[in-house]
Amino acid sequence: MNYFVVLTLTGLAAGMIYAALALSLVIIWRATRVVNFAQGALAMTTTYIALAVIQATENYWIGFFAALLAGLVLGAVAERFLVRWVETGPPLNAVILTLGLLLMLEAVVPMIWGAQIRSFPAPVSIAAMEFGDLSIALSPFNLFTIGAVLLVVLGLFFLFRGTALGLTMRASAFAPEISRLLGVRVGRLLALGWGLAALTGALAGMLVAPTLLLYPNNMDAILVYGFTAAVLGGLDSAVGAVIGGVVLGLALSYIGGYGGGDLESIGALVILIAILMLRPQGLFVSGTERRV
Amino acid sequence: MTALKRAGIGIGIGGLAAVAIYGMDSIDPYRVYQLSTVFYIAIAAAGLTVLTGLNGQLSLGHGALMAIGAYTTALLLRRYTDLNPALVMAAAVVSTSLVSIVVGIAAARLRGPYLAGATLGLAVGLPGVAVRFSGVFGGDAGLSVPSIVPPDTFSTLPTEVWFAWIGLIPVVITYVLLANLVSTRYGRDFRAIREDEVAAELHGIRIARTQVTAFVLSGACAGLAGCLMAYTANLAAPAGFPLTLSLEVLAAIVIGGIGRLPGAVWGALIIVLAPDLMSSLNDSLHLPGGVRAQLPLALFGAVLIVAMLGFPHGIQGALDRLWRLRAMARRRSNEAAA
Repeated sequence: MNYFVVLTLTGLAAGMIYAALALSLVIIWRATRVVNFAQGALAMTTTYIALAVIQATENYWIGFFAALLAGLVLGAVAERFLVRWVETGPPLNAVILTLGLLLMLEAVVPMIWGAQIRSFPAPVSIAAMEFGDLSIALSPFNLFTIGAVLLVVLGLFFLFRGTALGLTMRASAFAPEISRLLGVRVGRLLALGWGLAALTGALAGMLVAPTLLLYPNNMDAILVYGFTAAVLGGLDSAVGAVIGGVVLGLALSYIGGYGGGDLESIGALVILIAILMLRPQGLFVSGTERRV
Repeated sequence: MTALKRAGIGIGIGGLAAVAIYGMDSIDPYRVYQLSTVFYIAIAAAGLTVLTGLNGQLSLGHGALMAIGAYTTALLLRRYTDLNPALVMAAAVVSTSLVSIVVGIAAARLRGPYLAGATLGLAVGLPGVAVRFSGVFGGDAGLSVPSIVPPDTFSTLPTEVWFAWIGLIPVVITYVLLANLVSTRYGRDFRAIREDEVAAELHGIRIARTQVTAFVLSGACAGLAGCLMAYTANLAAPAGFPLTLSLEVLAAIVIGGIGRLPGAVWGALIIVLAPDLMSSLNDSLHLPGGVRAQLPLALFGAVLIVAMLGFPHGIQGALDRLWRLRAMARRRSNEAAA
């Protein structure tokens, strides 16, 4: 099969993972104006939890949903018990706090489960599909990745656009004081926002592990990719984050395919710097407000 | 405090440390190695103090900048084996400064989380370059760096002790220079921008230029630290510069107190000595090896969190407060006597 088409298809699948992580960063940014640098470490932690559950129950799906649930709980706990106390302080403090959380998770997880590299099961085959003589670059797991992320993205869009809960969540992020006066329990909704974001991140962690393996800092590079994708989309736009993720996935796939896999992380850095210098408001947002 | 006084204090402290090192002849080599580690972490932390503490720019890429200093050292020494260490250090500072100019120009346009994210990308992405161009940088195995051999007059000294001697000089120079810089116009400009950018601009401070200056100054310190690190470890390899290195330097300045230069020394001491202090705790608790290895990092993470929640001014902040309380008490007793 044409190499370019192969790179496009695998880039699309990788891009959906970056989109999921970018979306989780954007949800938190919109809710509390904090970039959660611990997002990748949280996802790594929930993936280890999933592995423990899968090994105990011998059922992938119980582990899968355990990871999502763990993400929801961990995210909400992080907001309620840590981030809430620094939200009103200087922005630098919140960033340093999430970095402390990253450092701690990356040290505590190997204490519990060991630091060695582990393989992680996939629900379907990760080998490329073949129909007769024709080999398609996509694996069933790639299709599963695309489907799972799309499902969560659509679910989140429905939640934020189509339900009363989503509306109050947006209101409490947009104008916390007024929402409070109208009887909205703002604190709870912010914690829920963090929980949903960590759930989305947990999904990304589950989708990364079968091909890139599981170890305590396996999400470091993915966090940079997710941040780059979120910035491509403007950091404030959920749609932009998803498109940004796909665009970045394709770009990195071409860079890796034609230039060598080691160039991917440096390529992401170049893209990130370029976009911040040339179009800091993101590719998909119109507006001139200074944010960067 | 005048600049002269400040320099005097710096040299005095340096002299005391020198005496301490001189007496270290008989002390075990591991302690000496630790001391050299404290030196280079202290230099990197001083640089980050200027950038993050005074200028308000948060960099997560200082580990990567240290890598540039270390690789400059390794590459230079591979070609010119007997090059004077002072020249090597100068070269590391220059090469890292050049890279810092590029990064700094990009950074000057970025604020808060955007800058942190971009420098995070640098920390995660740069080791990939060493692997990609393994012909030049030696790939995952890295490049070896020869030790500094003591001259004939000191040939009785073990190599590590001689190097600890040498390593003290750049520490004193860095701290004396930075301590003086903090109280000059540059230092005030840095702080003015951190406090209120618009007000600073209205006072005629050129924001972008000042921020790039702060970044380059800070990067130069990181490059010097990287050079010393390469000499200390006899190696420059990608595995030596993980993201956690940048976060450890950050933890050092947070522990010491953000924006307080003496605090950077406290922080460096704690970062380097904490694993040791904890190993005696480990021995009494009989913790398994895996837990033991990770305990320091978990502690640094916890310290970052707790410091942000309750003690944003760190150790030096607490000391400053004690000092003030003492001065107040003394004034009160003087008044009572009068």
